[in-house]
Amino acid sequence: MDELKEYQEFINGSDFRSGLKRRDFMRLMGGGLFVFFHAGAVIEALASEGDQRRQLPDDFNAFLRIHEDGKVSCYTGKIEMGQGVVTGLAMMLADELDVAFESVLMVMGDTDLCPWDMGTFGSLSTRMFGPSMLAAAAKARTVLLEMASEELDVELDYLEVNEGVVFNRRNKSENISYQQLTEGKKIVRVLDKEAKVKDYSKYKIMGTPKMRVDSVEKVTGKAKYSGDLRMPGMLYARILRPPSHAAKLVSVDTSEAEKVEGVQIVKDNDLVAALHKDPEMAEKARQLFKANFEVEEEKDVNNSNVFSYLLDRAPNGNVNIDEGNLDSGRNESAIIFENEFHDGYVAHSPMEPHTAMAHFDGDKMTVYAGTQTPFPAQSNIARTLGMDEEKVRVIPPYLGGGFGGKSAHQQAVEAARLAKLTGKPVMVDWNREEEFFYDTFRPAAVVKINSGIDDDGKIKFWDYHVYYAGDRGGETMYNVPHQKRTVYGRGWTAPGVHPFPTGAWRGPGNSTNTFAREVQVDIMAAKAGMDPVEFRLKNLTDQRAIDVLEAVAEMADWKPAKSHSGRGYGVAIGADAGTYVAHIAKVDVDSKTGEVKVLKVWVAQEMGFCVNPQGATIQMEGCINMGMGYALKEVVDFEGGQVNTKNFDTYQIPRFSWIPEMETKILDRHTPPQGGGEPAIVCMGAVIANAIYDQTGARLLEMAMTPKRVLEALKKV
Amino acid sequence: MQKTVAFTLNGKKVSVEMEQSKTLLWVLRTHFELTGTKYGCGEGYCGACTVLIDNSAVRSCATTIGEVAGKSVVTIEGLADGDKLHPVQQAFVDHDALQCGYCTPGMIMNAVGLLNDISDPSREDIISGMEDNLCRCGAHNRILDAIEDAASAMKNSGN
Repeated sequence: MDELKEYQEFINGSDFRSGLKRRDFMRLMGGGLFVFFHAGAVIEALASEGDQRRQLPDDFNAFLRIHEDGKVSCYTGKIEMGQGVVTGLAMMLADELDVAFESVLMVMGDTDLCPWDMGTFGSLSTRMFGPSMLAAAAKARTVLLEMASEELDVELDYLEVNEGVVFNRRNKSENISYQQLTEGKKIVRVLDKEAKVKDYSKYKIMGTPKMRVDSVEKVTGKAKYSGDLRMPGMLYARILRPPSHAAKLVSVDTSEAEKVEGVQIVKDNDLVAALHKDPEMAEKARQLFKANFEVEEEKDVNNSNVFSYLLDRAPNGNVNIDEGNLDSGRNESAIIFENEFHDGYVAHSPMEPHTAMAHFDGDKMTVYAGTQTPFPAQSNIARTLGMDEEKVRVIPPYLGGGFGGKSAHQQAVEAARLAKLTGKPVMVDWNREEEFFYDTFRPAAVVKINSGIDDDGKIKFWDYHVYYAGDRGGETMYNVPHQKRTVYGRGWTAPGVHPFPTGAWRGPGNSTNTFAREVQVDIMAAKAGMDPVEFRLKNLTDQRAIDVLEAVAEMADWKPAKSHSGRGYGVAIGADAGTYVAHIAKVDVDSKTGEVKVLKVWVAQEMGFCVNPQGATIQMEGCINMGMGYALKEVVDFEGGQVNTKNFDTYQIPRFSWIPEMETKILDRHTPPQGGGEPAIVCMGAVIANAIYDQTGARLLEMAMTPKRVLEALKKV
Repeated sequence: MQKTVAFTLNGKKVSVEMEQSKTLLWVLRTHFELTGTKYGCGEGYCGACTVLIDNSAVRSCATTIGEVAGKSVVTIEGLADGDKLHPVQQAFVDHDALQCGYCTPGMIMNAVGLLNDISDPSREDIISGMEDNLCRCGAHNRILDAIEDAASAMKNSGN
């Protein structure tokens, strides 16, 4: 694609130095119109909570530039990992600025060229970065119109813009292009809060489906991922790995490995690696390492005792909501329910393992890394190597999937260390076993719910306890007079408890919380003898939740029935990243094998104004798809810090034969855009569990709902 | 022991001198710098490394260079006719049948191999033929639609 070629040329030909401040940009850049802007106070608040704490520049953290040739660039620290934000953000910019979509170039994630960003996760790009970018474009448009008004000697009120050309509405021959307006000039503006963006009804590019801009690169094999980069003299590194996360390296004998012709061995404290220009020779040498590891204390946890292990070590709870009085709620209830829900560890498993290529020229370290967090990676590398941050440049090429797992960037640090130690370009491309071993798994978690309904089927109280998953998606959603929510542990990490690192996994915590809530609600509906859609509607007052639920029921032509009806239909609702979703699934359970076939999934989604319906639809499909895995099959096999899951023979991610028919709908709204990459995944566990119950009467309270667990649940019916 | 291996790669005759046991995947990616063929799992479970050998889809991570002597190897880079995409590539573009794109070359090569074997496949044929190619982003249904479309396009053009 031209844009990518241009981006490459732009990078190669640029005279940038690292650590740019606005004044440096101004000195180094050519002409054009620049608008500098902050990406929003919310982002700053989130950044200050993160592990990778770093002072946000008080200057700016993004900017757009209208080049003298009429092209428009947006420089952002966000990255593209398949979620399609490269397309969506370009649509937003083009529409607000009134330029052709094709003239927009997104420059993403390069720490030398782009302003600081904490990382690409949390479905934040569109809903948090987007509004600021729209405002910056609106500002630029206003400035350009003012200039045009002066040049053309036409009052502002009479001016309109089409594809970067300003014209007099009453006499179209009086016109001037953005290019002509900015030629030979350098105009700088800083975004103030007053910039007025267009009304949603005025957008022409947004709201219409736009295909991906990177397909041709990707279907021809030309798209470059980190592992595809080559430099003269580049060495592939194969690093000595411990057998367990609890193991410490005591000694290593590399003498046999050193005999491999052409190999270079590096030993730097904990980092022991074989490097070779031929990756297979590097691997051969790694196999010859004779290492002595010592396991000081392996955690006594494995697949069979994980939930009791976790509950025994539960940290103190924080009460996130406490309304009404639980005892009053209990007194008002006719039936009381108490259940405990379990959710196991799940891997991210992007098809591209963590990969980075680093090159040190004696002064500056450049690291091409598949990472969701280029700026935190830059800080980590600088800190590890004792270098100044401005001497480290991280460039993210295409990412072969992330899902939260590539917020961790250990491979980038490894590549940088080895490049500095050897003085040569070094490729660190993890194999699949390393990818599973170092994955920051979605944490295993427990939810306990105590709740009650009255004779009329109204939920009277809700006492919710979530351990290790965090509070995302933990909201009650339903209208409950007496409720309390206690959260044990913060977010998705629990230092010293899990036997390996855990991290954010697409919609972190929400799939666990939604599973527990929506199955509990289903249990109550069944006991009340009510249709599960009717029961939910009876207890909902949140209009956005009601809208998606009614929409999905209509899509699926829902026929009310008391569950279990024997038909195999389940329903669930959820909210994530500012977006509401409702799912219905139809399943077929094989009662002999315990295999669950999901036949069809319907999803209605309300995400505010939808920037790119095509991209949003594809994300919904991807969520249904990926959600099938954690719901039904994905189980990390481990024994303490030893990860026994090593490849796709035992770790089962969704395959073609599993995939249900899908029907998706995005509700049309003119409210601010919300997140789209994660919401539709959060209901998948609950909707399948509820459908299994509807067909068989078997209640699954633990994910993944493997055939073995389904058979066990069937026995209890 | 190093030996000369001669074969056809993307329509051109090539020869390399190396150990016969070298893995085709890595020879393609390093010696020939054909990086469209991806490493995904290294053990034949995911299909990201799929290439055509004498028109059949084969996992290049589980194939040695010695095994391709005298044969014809086609990688994703050799599929298009200049700027004109192969019908399967074109169908992937038309259906937005990809997200991150990392599994895409293997998916496409596997689909071409499948259509070489069965020119008029049913949906079930396509599903079972593609079953062992993994995609984490979840483009499966679009990939199936794309392959169906490509099959009809190829049939209609007599390709």
